[in-house]
Amino acid sequence: MSTQTEMSSELSKLTPVLEGIGLVKTYGRVVALDGADFALYPGEVLAVIGDNGAGKSSMIKALSGAEVPDRGTVKLDGQEVTFTRPGDAKAAGIETVYQTLAVSPALDIATNMFLGREERKAGVLGSVFRMLDGSGMRRKAKEQMSSLGIGTLQNMGQSVETLSGGQRQAVSVARAAAFGHKVIILDEPTAALGVRESAQVLQLIKNLRDKGMPVILISHNMPQVFEVADRIHVQRLGKRGAVITPQTVTITDVVAIMTGALQVPVEEQTLGPVRVPAKTAGPIKTGLEEAAG
Amino acid sequence: MVSETTATSAGYDAAEEFLGRQSGLQRLQTILHGYPWLSPASVLVVATLIFAFVAPNFATLGNFGTITQQTAVIGTLAIGQTLIILTAGIDLSCGAIMVFTSMVIAKTAMESDLNLPGGLALLLGLVVGGLAGFANGLLITRLNLPPFIVTLGTLGIFTSLTLLYATGRTVRNRELAPELKWLGKGLDLGGFTITTGVLVMLGLYAVFAYVLRYTAWGSHVYAVGDDPDAARLAGIQVNKVLLSVYTVAGFIFAIAAWVLIGRVNAASPNSGIDANLDSITAVVIGGTSLFGGRGRVVGTLIGALIVSVVESGLSIAGLDQAYKRLAIGMLIIIAVAADQWIRRARA
Repeated sequence: MSTQTEMSSELSKLTPVLEGIGLVKTYGRVVALDGADFALYPGEVLAVIGDNGAGKSSMIKALSGAEVPDRGTVKLDGQEVTFTRPGDAKAAGIETVYQTLAVSPALDIATNMFLGREERKAGVLGSVFRMLDGSGMRRKAKEQMSSLGIGTLQNMGQSVETLSGGQRQAVSVARAAAFGHKVIILDEPTAALGVRESAQVLQLIKNLRDKGMPVILISHNMPQVFEVADRIHVQRLGKRGAVITPQTVTITDVVAIMTGALQVPVEEQTLGPVRVPAKTAGPIKTGLEEAAG
Repeated sequence: MVSETTATSAGYDAAEEFLGRQSGLQRLQTILHGYPWLSPASVLVVATLIFAFVAPNFATLGNFGTITQQTAVIGTLAIGQTLIILTAGIDLSCGAIMVFTSMVIAKTAMESDLNLPGGLALLLGLVVGGLAGFANGLLITRLNLPPFIVTLGTLGIFTSLTLLYATGRTVRNRELAPELKWLGKGLDLGGFTITTGVLVMLGLYAVFAYVLRYTAWGSHVYAVGDDPDAARLAGIQVNKVLLSVYTVAGFIFAIAAWVLIGRVNAASPNSGIDANLDSITAVVIGGTSLFGGRGRVVGTLIGALIVSVVESGLSIAGLDQAYKRLAIGMLIIIAVAADQWIRRARA
């Protein structure tokens, strides 16, 4: 494999996939974001942690188009972008998996994966009779599941309400991976799950990373963050408190940084990339990308 | 009784897997969960058999023809109601919209009124029905009011508009343009007489069964009724879907108005008084969940047929029609209780 110097030269060439500079967001007199900076590098898993009210959600909302920041810039691949609706970010290839398991229980797995982006049959059946390509969507959903290593879901015609919490979250993640070709944001994906199911979701995150997909993971669960994150962004008082890696600090230190008991000097932080992106960077080829367009 | 049942789905719970068994009742629950129209279909079959046994003149081709004709109006109306209930809404004003539209169609085609050609009057009726549905949808999505309240209000508004517009007068058979009576035409199939109105109703059922099952719009209707937040996060414009559902339902109510004119051979401001609730009855007995997101339009057809079968059977058996209300009332409660039970099933 590559030597230390080759690796660092490769790392120095990387520009952030998604970047926020000096983001400010106020709600009335409450300052949620007070000049927050943020950078996600290609192919890495970046955890975002922080106390309640530190501005994690506000920052993620600003980056995913759910909220428009009052000031500051958002850059995607170095280009300045303005997202005013979640649809804008989706169109740019940023998909978000929500804590609330945003799937429709009565609908089947394939229908859920393609909800709002359905594919129709070719020819007259599709154009005049608007007939959906049910078997095609089920086949592509199945391919997507196996490309992410989700083996427990076999029947794409199964309704989602018959699945466990972890399996439902897997459907959400698979949907995000199918249509998100730039960034996948996971907001507390394991908050509602048990131990075994959480492990499944963490494995999914690792699989995404191994395919070169950058992931933002918002979580309260320190052991999980330490297990999968390449870098950890600690949000504090509406700003970037510090960026560290699981290798340089302990969980106890992280809690101290979160509460402000410990300050990390800038030169000791990990503001640059640490992971060389996996070679298969870019969209996961399942044929789903055309449907997104 | 251990472990001969096989786990057919990957979502099989570990405890069940460990025990490896399912009681007969659970199996029934699972089957009904997969095929929600099965229970109303068996009710229809059982009711028909009972009446055939009790009332000798019930099981005749002639009577079955009459039953389908009696189902045509509510059956058509209930298609629109099904779409709305699938979105977890309700329309209390559908019968009032139908009657109002029937008066508009009949009156504008009268010589003493606008004297519109029958076809044009029908087209006008479709526009009026569609606009009425659109108005309901607009109030629900823009003012964010619950469908129950909005349609309770528009029920009063359309009822009163009907009375004011009709000035208490019925448009009689000989005053009706011929095109308007077309859906009352009988087709004799060897003793079994159905009307063109019944055929139109069946055609509409086929169309909407297809639309709900095989189009993106159909999936979105289910998704919006199932979990509006999840649908929104998936990128569906929930309000747009709701508005389209109420508008399409309005068009269906207008077609029901045409069927109504054909059925009673007149247009009266006092007809179809019970139609609002009867349409909901058909949907609920047909196995569609009032909580939205679950149900099939074919179930509604079965539900409407059940009501007609009970009505006809009781009258042929010489029993008081009060028993019909009793029987239908009990069926509604049983159907909703069954829905609650079935929803708990793990398929």
